[in-house]
Amino acid sequence: MTNEELNAIAKAEQESKERFEHEVCVCTAAGCLSAGGDKVKDALTGEIARQGKDKKCSVKGVGCLGLCAKGPLVAVESHGKKDKLYEGVTLEDVPAIVQTLEATETKGAAAAGLERSMDEPFFASQVKVVLENMGKIDPEHIEDYIAVGGYQTLYKALTEMSPTDVIGEVTKSGLRGRGGGGYPTGLKWSTVAKANGGATKYVICNADEGDPGAFMDRSVLEGDPHRVIEGMAIAAYAIGAHQGFIYVRAEYPLAIKTLKNAIRQAEKMGLLGKNICGTTFSFELHLRLGAGAFVTGEETALIASVEGRRGMPRPRPPYPAERGLWDCPTLINNVETFANIPAVIREGGVWFAAIGTEKSKGTKVFALAGSIVNTGLIEVPMGTRLRDIIFDIGGGIPEGRRYKAVQTGGPSGGCIPEQFLNMPVDYESLQQVGSIMGSGGMIVMDETSCMVDVARYFMEFCMSESCGKCTPCRVGTAQMYDILCKITEGHATLEDMDMLIELSDLVKNTSLCGLGQSAPNPVLSTLRYFKDEYMAHIVDKTCPAGVCKICSPAKEPVEVKS
Amino acid sequence: MNLTKPAPPSEDKRWRLVEGTMRRNGYEPHALIETLHTVQESFGYIDEDALKFVSASLQVPLARAYGVATFYHFFTLKPQGEHTCVVCTGTACYIKGANAILEAIKNEFGITPGETTDDGKVSLLSARCLGSCGLAPVAVFDGEIVGNLDAPRVIERLRRWVGND
Ligand SMILES: Cc1cc2nc3c(=O)[nH]c(=O)nc-3n(C[C@H](O)[C@H](O)[C@H](O)COP(=O)(O)O)c2cc1C
Ligand code: SF4
Ligand code: SF4
Ligand code: FES
Ligand code: FES
Repeated sequence: MTNEELNAIAKAEQESKERFEHEVCVCTAAGCLSAGGDKVKDALTGEIARQGKDKKCSVKGVGCLGLCAKGPLVAVESHGKKDKLYEGVTLEDVPAIVQTLEATETKGAAAAGLERSMDEPFFASQVKVVLENMGKIDPEHIEDYIAVGGYQTLYKALTEMSPTDVIGEVTKSGLRGRGGGGYPTGLKWSTVAKANGGATKYVICNADEGDPGAFMDRSVLEGDPHRVIEGMAIAAYAIGAHQGFIYVRAEYPLAIKTLKNAIRQAEKMGLLGKNICGTTFSFELHLRLGAGAFVTGEETALIASVEGRRGMPRPRPPYPAERGLWDCPTLINNVETFANIPAVIREGGVWFAAIGTEKSKGTKVFALAGSIVNTGLIEVPMGTRLRDIIFDIGGGIPEGRRYKAVQTGGPSGGCIPEQFLNMPVDYESLQQVGSIMGSGGMIVMDETSCMVDVARYFMEFCMSESCGKCTPCRVGTAQMYDILCKITEGHATLEDMDMLIELSDLVKNTSLCGLGQSAPNPVLSTLRYFKDEYMAHIVDKTCPAGVCKICSPAKEPVEVKS
Repeated sequence: MNLTKPAPPSEDKRWRLVEGTMRRNGYEPHALIETLHTVQESFGYIDEDALKFVSASLQVPLARAYGVATFYHFFTLKPQGEHTCVVCTGTACYIKGANAILEAIKNEFGITPGETTDDGKVSLLSARCLGSCGLAPVAVFDGEIVGNLDAPRVIERLRRWVGND
């Protein structure tokens, strides 16, 4: 595959697209699929043919359009311009939508009720880098990706840049790992590049996405898989690896299917495999399926799992950059990290660094869920105010309820109360208020959520996901969970609270891996901002949110003070 | 080096799929998890015979194969019921009432996650986030993801399974 050939494919695709006046894009990512997106797509294809419009209108399945809760979603592009978006489309709506296609300016009466304005903040306030192709290209056709400039940056890297140049650009971009830790990507790449000379090296993409409430990685893999493959190939070239693995969780069957197909297509076109783009660079990519263990997302555990063993962490150092897969230097990055790479190389590190804040560059994809109007997938520049994310883009809290907290960072993160709504969302600010960026899940809670119950929920999660290798985590999380249960049941004393705090400290500071080290975070952050709720459970034996089933009268004499 | 490969536990054609996975991976020990995936996909669960066969073929100690099969939540060593229902208990689903769904199932059918009804019709499982949090609460009925659920809707679907076929 040469540059000319890539251009020729892109041009042919563009031309075939221009033959149609309208392009109907139906979301067939997992969210909309479960709402019947594929049936809507078939019905649209049938109806367009029935109305004799198949010469003018094409239909294709695309990745997530963002507003997942309102699926199935259908976007219409007319004369090369995106102009309509329909939500909650049912089979009955299909004829009206097809009619609207031809009545160019006036809206079809029946379909209009489903139409979303593209000027809403949900669309207008987003800045798409990682998601730039989402909902625009058909993830099952590599040509569609090539038509929007796909694989051009790989070609550019291989033919015009040295590995050092590539790493230089990534370093300049200031990109930090999107898997949770926020480690500088350029620094990681150069460490692996320098690691013991001519040794075999590997690239691994962490697509385990274990944080409950997070679905960014899944969406990117389902909607734009080639982007991740291209990012990995560029990384492999930069660090001198010839083999890579994508470790994807088994709970994502559609992402697995999409990836398998994408890898096969890229191999066929010579964009993966031997002598890529006619250069001397070769890169083989394999898929590995996870099997449902949260701790396996931790990098050393993930490597053990790729080796076919139990996914248990081991002490670091040595870091995978020095000794990783089969003891070889290994680069391990998150899906979103790799998905940023094509844009960084295409537009340059300086361009990327101009987005975001001083220490947190670029954009971040967030999964908005919980008590929020626009549940779905969004991308905003780092440093966007929390208020803008939740109230403008997210549309606020439904049913006139009141905002209580947003949980970020999953089981390793914390809850952010109302008083911090004006804070910019970046690595440092989140840490300052006792939470973390994590992988980008944001779960919004209103007054119907009990914060003690939420803490108990996360502790149960950590307890049952602990691999059991080290005592503080295995035993400590269980003890903390017991205390939290006692509190929510109304049997706890103030001494239990002291114990809870003491255990938090112990588990945080003496556990081997990130799971144990961060397990107390949800407890600590709820204690910090919602201590009154703990007190209400312990002292007054009531649950202010009405969630916990307080067993009264209390079984023990626990009247401490009133 | 012993070059004779162990024979599959039975004539069942599904063992060929299992062999296929191992062959594609050059019978390397690191193919263990991939192979167990194939076993579970083909047979619905992983029994002792399968573990013995796979560990002998990949030359992995049986204890390690057993350890791996029990470490990961996705693998099951027990046969599943005719139908399976996986209820998501991730954060978004929890906030939106996944527990009420599990409780209703327990009241009506007497099963908790990991259990199968006595008549072998329905197995209940739970999952840590299916990645469809936008549609929370979410469950998977025989492979079909359904969102925006509530307890009555789940119960109704399960009743159909228990009543019919
Ligand atoms: C318990 C635990 C679970 C983790 N789960 C994930 C995960 O699901 N996906 C991910 O990308 N990183 C996860 N990580 C972080 C990885 O260990 C690692 O830091 C990351 O993949 C590095 O990629 P990055 O530099 O691109 O962020 C997890 C860490 C811990 C401690
Ligand atoms: S704690 Fe003991 S029994 Fe449990 S897994 Fe570890 S070694 Fe085995
Ligand atoms: S901290 Fe927990 S999960 Fe991590 S190694 Fe120790 S026991 Fe395992
Ligand atoms: S899955 Fe269709 S919009 Fe997200
Ligand atoms: S929390 Fe249930 S699908 Fe994510």
